[in-house]
Amino acid sequence: MSTPDLNSRPRLAPGCRLSETSKPQRVLLMPERALRLNGPSLEIIERCDGNHTVGQIVTELQKRYSKAQPEKVESDILGYLGRLHDQRALDFD
Amino acid sequence: MSTPVPNPLVLVAELTHRCPLHCVYCSNPLELTKRENELSTETWARVLGEAAELGILQVDFTGGEPLARPDLTQLVSAARAAGLYASLITSGLPLDEKRLDALSSAGLDHFQLSFQGAHRESAAKISGTETHAQKLSVARWVKQRRMGLTLNFVIHRENLGELKDMVRLAEEIGPERVEFAHVQYYGWAFKNRMKLLPTREQLAGSLEIIRQAEERLRGRIRVEYVVPDYYAKYPKACMGGWGRKVLLLKPDGDALPCHAANVLPGMTFENVSRRSLRQIWYESDSFQKYRGEGWMPELCRTCDRRGQDFGGCRCQAFLLAHDSGSTDPVCSKSSQRVLVDAILADVDAMARSEAATAVSPPAPAPDWVYRANPR
Ligand code: SF4
Ligand code: SF4
Repeated sequence: MSTPDLNSRPRLAPGCRLSETSKPQRVLLMPERALRLNGPSLEIIERCDGNHTVGQIVTELQKRYSKAQPEKVESDILGYLGRLHDQRALDFD
Repeated sequence: MSTPVPNPLVLVAELTHRCPLHCVYCSNPLELTKRENELSTETWARVLGEAAELGILQVDFTGGEPLARPDLTQLVSAARAAGLYASLITSGLPLDEKRLDALSSAGLDHFQLSFQGAHRESAAKISGTETHAQKLSVARWVKQRRMGLTLNFVIHRENLGELKDMVRLAEEIGPERVEFAHVQYYGWAFKNRMKLLPTREQLAGSLEIIRQAEERLRGRIRVEYVVPDYYAKYPKACMGGWGRKVLLLKPDGDALPCHAANVLPGMTFENVSRRSLRQIWYESDSFQKYRGEGWMPELCRTCDRRGQDFGGCRCQAFLLAHDSGSTDPVCSKSSQRVLVDAILADVDAMARSEAATAVSPPAPAPDWVYRANPR
């Protein structure tokens, strides 16, 4: 699995987008697949907009989930982004 | 014991049976829907709305060749307006940049381009047409517009030797995703199966090529490989299980749980011009018929894998064992597995005699059954 660089700016790859906000269950839509997004996963994906760096996403989520261990939050996010990158759902610019 | 019926997630919209190609493995039915029986733009638009309400997330526009529908752009708009993810599954012709722009502005999310081979000559032999150069241009145009791109290589014994070149071609084009899918043996491909099935040895070689490609391309191109299940120990879940995930509409509006379901005897299908998608999904006989476990033979009903493969493919059970309610003959637990093994043994023998003809007088190879062009 690829580990994302903290300075890169992830954005959704061509062919991937978030489902509309009007639907109760948000999903990440991609070719032949849809990934259910809940709580943190949605908050991460919403920040994959080509503006936030990986490092910023980590810091913001560490603040939001201040009760969790910061290292754990970071490694979870890096793992999640790396997996999505390998599935070609994300580009790292 | 009956578990609630899940809502469908995918709508496969076969817009037309018209197609400029004549592939030897085409899964289109042998009897093609005539143009005047195709659903209208308005009906499709209504159906797409109903699909989204039912909980469907994605629509695959396919055919035949969906580009043969002049109203394709309108249908993509209707899909997006309903909140669906819109995919186009196409051979890439007839298409020019202007039309692609229109499709892109209408919100087409994903473009799946099918290839018949890595080279012009082999592709022409399979599809009976010259299309290779056009496909390369189309792939380039799609990438320029930042739409999702999947390349789909349909593979079989005749072109399996080109697999490495196909990987190289994919690497050059650089889509997000590439799919190498062995032909499924229904429709035309079932008639041609002796010519299309790879030998066990060829299959093993191809698996190694794919494994290496996956590793090398990780993070750049997602590689997917669909093997012919004749070589597997257990069958595949046909369409994710009968009436569990996919709803397929024929050009005339008939609703099917699986794209080959119309070969099954005694099945009648509801049509979207008379019933709503919701009624069809939850109530129609055809979707109920092999849904759940009630229909299963003892062998499957008592098997741990029933929640994974749902007893396999009904069409395969019918085509091979002549009983659509039996365990898929691919399953190694089935007494009918001998039927599949006999086919594989024949394939092996034929491949060996083909190799022998290099030094001896040519033996007649089976002729392709070409598909006649629908009007
Ligand atoms: S398999 Fe070939 S001939 Fe059949 S519909 Fe697809 S592109 Fe057309
Ligand atoms: S017996 Fe039926 S459920 Fe079990 S593996 Fe075979 S086909 Fe699947």
